Amino acid sequence: MTGDTPKGGKLAAGRKETHLVGGPRWSRWEKPRNFRESILTLMSYLGGYRWAIALGVALAMLGSMLSVIGPQYLKGISDLIYEGIAGTMDTGAVTSMAVATLGIYGIVLVFEMLEKYTIQATSQKVANRLRNDLSEKINRLPLNYYDNSSTGDIMSRLTNDADAVGDQCGSAFSSMATAVTTLVGCTVMMFYTNPVLAAACVIPPFSGFVIMRMIISRSHKYYRTQSKNLGAMNGLVEETYRAHGIVKTYGNYENCRRRFVEINEELYVSSYRSRFMSSTIPQVMNFMGNLGYILVCVVGSMLIIRGDITYGVIVAFIVYVRMFNLPLIMLSESFISMQTLAASSERIFDLLLAPEMDDESSKEPVTGEVHGDVEFRNVTFGYVEGVDVIHDFSMRVEAGQKIAIVGPTGAGKTTIINLLMRFYEVDSGDILIDGRSTKDMRRRDVHDMFSMVLQDPWLFNGTVRENLVFNRTCVDDETVRKACESVGIHNFIMSLPKGYDSMLKDSVGMSAGQRQQITIARAIIDNTPMIIFDEATSSLDTNTERFIQNAIDDLTHGKTTFIIAHRLQTIMDCDRIIVMDKGRIVETGTHEELLERGGFYAGLFNSQFTEGMDI
Amino acid sequence: MITRFFGKREWGLVAIAIALILCQVWMDMRIPQYMNTITDSFLLERLDVVSQCGIEMLLCAFISLGLAIVAGFVLSNLSASVGRNIRLAQFDRIRSFSLEDIDRFSTDSLITRSTNDVTQIQNFITRGMQVAIKSPIVAIWAVCMIAGTSMEWTSVTATGVIVLVVVMGVSVYYASKRYARVQWLTDNVNRATRENIDGIRVIRAYNAEDHQESKFEKATGDLLENNLSAIRIMTPGFPIAHAVMNFVTLGIYWVGMGVISSAGTQDAQLMLFSDMIVFTSYATMVISSFMQLFSIMRVMPRMLVGLRRIEEVVDTEPSIKDGPVDDQSGEGSIEFRDVSFRYPGAQRDALSGITLKVEPGTTLAIIGSTGSGKTTLVNLIARLYDATSGEVLVDGRDVREYTLHALHSRMGYVTQSATLFSGSVKMNVNYGHGSENRDDEDIAKALRVAKADSFVDDLPEKTESNISQHGRNLSGGQKQRISIARAICRSPRILILDDTFSALDFKTDLELRTALRREMSGSTVVIVAQRIGTIRDADRIVVLEGGRIVGIGTHDELMSGCETYRDMARSQFTGEMQ
Repeated sequence: MTGDTPKGGKLAAGRKETHLVGGPRWSRWEKPRNFRESILTLMSYLGGYRWAIALGVALAMLGSMLSVIGPQYLKGISDLIYEGIAGTMDTGAVTSMAVATLGIYGIVLVFEMLEKYTIQATSQKVANRLRNDLSEKINRLPLNYYDNSSTGDIMSRLTNDADAVGDQCGSAFSSMATAVTTLVGCTVMMFYTNPVLAAACVIPPFSGFVIMRMIISRSHKYYRTQSKNLGAMNGLVEETYRAHGIVKTYGNYENCRRRFVEINEELYVSSYRSRFMSSTIPQVMNFMGNLGYILVCVVGSMLIIRGDITYGVIVAFIVYVRMFNLPLIMLSESFISMQTLAASSERIFDLLLAPEMDDESSKEPVTGEVHGDVEFRNVTFGYVEGVDVIHDFSMRVEAGQKIAIVGPTGAGKTTIINLLMRFYEVDSGDILIDGRSTKDMRRRDVHDMFSMVLQDPWLFNGTVRENLVFNRTCVDDETVRKACESVGIHNFIMSLPKGYDSMLKDSVGMSAGQRQQITIARAIIDNTPMIIFDEATSSLDTNTERFIQNAIDDLTHGKTTFIIAHRLQTIMDCDRIIVMDKGRIVETGTHEELLERGGFYAGLFNSQFTEGMDI
Repeated sequence: MITRFFGKREWGLVAIAIALILCQVWMDMRIPQYMNTITDSFLLERLDVVSQCGIEMLLCAFISLGLAIVAGFVLSNLSASVGRNIRLAQFDRIRSFSLEDIDRFSTDSLITRSTNDVTQIQNFITRGMQVAIKSPIVAIWAVCMIAGTSMEWTSVTATGVIVLVVVMGVSVYYASKRYARVQWLTDNVNRATRENIDGIRVIRAYNAEDHQESKFEKATGDLLENNLSAIRIMTPGFPIAHAVMNFVTLGIYWVGMGVISSAGTQDAQLMLFSDMIVFTSYATMVISSFMQLFSIMRVMPRMLVGLRRIEEVVDTEPSIKDGPVDDQSGEGSIEFRDVSFRYPGAQRDALSGITLKVEPGTTLAIIGSTGSGKTTLVNLIARLYDATSGEVLVDGRDVREYTLHALHSRMGYVTQSATLFSGSVKMNVNYGHGSENRDDEDIAKALRVAKADSFVDDLPEKTESNISQHGRNLSGGQKQRISIARAICRSPRILILDDTFSALDFKTDLELRTALRREMSGSTVVIVAQRIGTIRDADRIVVLEGGRIVGIGTHDELMSGCETYRDMARSQFTGEMQ
């Protein structure tokens, strides 16, 4: 893009790490974040999947209720055996009890399997939906969002954070349900079996719970620092590896390494702190389990000596204490999961709830033929509030005209195109196409009117053909071949191992010029009423450029065309040349008129002309 | 093996952790044992023994807790420390890579390998190591404790363990393939995301949002499907393990009925009864340690894949290595001796039979059509690639003999697409080795020569202004001028400009070249260009076509002697002459 400072990408002093979060929500990182809010946001996002998770939770609860009954049978069995020691063993009664227990545990098994599958599959589906929604969100965000947030950071939300949600979003809820049901069930059964022993047994788990809560509330901040540091690491690594050639030839890897080590060190510290915090929770719970066991043994023995209970009660309680302890560990783990879940959801919903471009579904679609009259009316625009880069810009273009926009670097040429395409919205003034304000049109209708070729050719991972056809449908091979022939890339494509079906991987074997040729061919195939070339041929050598010129002439014939070019010889035959400087039009006219006037354009032109004079 | 990333410190931590956990297990193991004494004592109605036992058990529990917390600290530290080592090892390796090595992995993949994959391993160490150390100790210890008691009980427990191991083995075996694919599929999703962000303008201009989304949904759909099928295989594992635990407890009691009633005396029966209670505690411990082992085996395949991917990076020998010579002196001569170059996997040479010599302080221009090998040629000078045959000499020595540092320290290389870094303008200009010796004066001068001073002065914070990642807040021309200033700031003896003027308008181009000629008069300049106007006054011009030199000489010589050049000139200038 030419010139200018994008909105929000304010040039500021110092080296603040601004790439962590983009846009207006940046400030929220400074404040303590709200755990509950982010979980609630996630819940409301779940939509239909809520029912699947609810089913999982219900199954979990049913399963744990049944397993709470189990120990009662164990108690019965051991009492029967204990009585058998004194007298005769009632084998039949023990066997029938054992069979009943077997049945109960069998049902528990089935429930648990169903629950696990439902929950995990649903979580994955939620993660999948998040990824897709985030990807769609990318398309609905205004462009200035990208001007000031790092690709690595957006990507990390789509992958790392969505993964975290996929791992944890269901299980965090279902293990909590299992845990709570088991806890309540156990408490009830224990008090039913023996209140005194039960009272002793509930002390350790609940004090454990309190300790756990304390640990968790302290650990949240470490988790945040941790994911912040991870983001910084991502940013640094991405920037460095992408600029490998430069970093290397400038011998700056030593410096990069220093910064890397710095961040790596911070990451190390925050990583072991957060990990340590969470590692203490299971240990405390294990201790509480031991404590429960000890209490059962000691208090139980005393009660037996007093003759209050049978040995079977101790047997049942040993199992209850263990059952009591397992869900507490689960609960603690699901709290840890909740932490990660909350931190990740925060980051995801920060992006997902970022302000979007205006909704346009109420606007009427543009129907009928597009003429191609374009008018700028007193357009003013700035990427940053208060710093206008386009001042009171007006121009009228008639249908079918070929317009060149020239001017020194930073004059605002690309900005004009950005506004025409409605990539950004004008601050004041209006842009009209066929007499109708583009504000009243849907963005997609505006886009449909134009083909656009940009200076940085964008190709994606796919075959050459896929890159050429892109999203057009019903394009036959003949059209594709013709377009490629006209831009002079056909022979090159045929020399590739699989011709048009060769895969284009990042940068492999294609020069910038060849990439530009492909994108021009793409525009030819696109075939729209109006065309924009933004430095579309800058990477081509002059021979190729001249060759393509014919193709461009054919393509632009009778269509309103906007051309931005530094090489003035490519635009001399334009119907009108708009000369811009510092966001204003300084001159307009045909090539000849402007030369005659001997103004700004003539200066620009002569600077190249003089050099070619004396061949 | 992951242990290759363990240094002395890490091994020390492992040793400490093992010792701590061993002691902790010992304490945990003692607790159920007291139950025998207690059972005996309450039959004798000895309350004092019961409370004595209680106190000792409590003591064990507290010691166990203390040890476990310390062990947790040690292991957290271990995991963080190993993560740090891996990251650094990868960074140091990637730093020595040539562009070719980077291309082979693809940058995206290298980024995931440095971040996600490392996190996977760290998670495994924190969660897994504790279990991996503790579970076998508990299992073996507990088995030893109960082995002598009763064959019947032992075989019930053994059956449970066998069932568990089979279920675990089968599901881990079948799921591991799917887990292995997760990373690969995740890479696809990453790539699709990057594509969408990088091409956002084009996508919007073409209204191709839906088109891109359907591609993206394909990538995420594959990932989902793979994950679901892994889940389908893995889900039965844990519930079955849970059930086995219940069944074993039940089995012990059920079998215990027979065992106890077959014992002779009532005392022996009572002994067996209390043994049975203790036995179930230990059996539970054995089974739950297997369960925990199972749970770490679920995450293991993913970790192993990550580890393998990291090892691939760390084990890659950089295709370009330092030579022995650290000589940084020289006047800036360059020589190609019959150099050919072919990109790996390419069908034909990108450059062939290049022989040419550049004297110090002169300007060499390289011109030729798109794809003629201009960039490749200058990349060979900077040794970003190595010649396939022939040799490239800088200051009279084969570039392969120098350390890269020594070679690069004499160069200022400006690439075709301007690459900037997040940080201040100043940091970007004063970039790289040698920047320690440059002051504000040098930076101001470099900006001036590169014609970047005027727009930098307009920035709110001048040279302290922040440049965002990838220089997004600057225009193409501004970026290019900053990157030229960066090269000038090094006062290089060899300045390489690879088509750096394409984003500049003619006026700026001309001013910049005039300034360069004035300020860089002592340096050798290699300039790649497409416009003859840009290079016509170079000392020598090389005309490349299809990777071969078709003309070499001054502008005038070429005009009379080189047809390709003449055509090029004609096509460029007739346009302007009209």
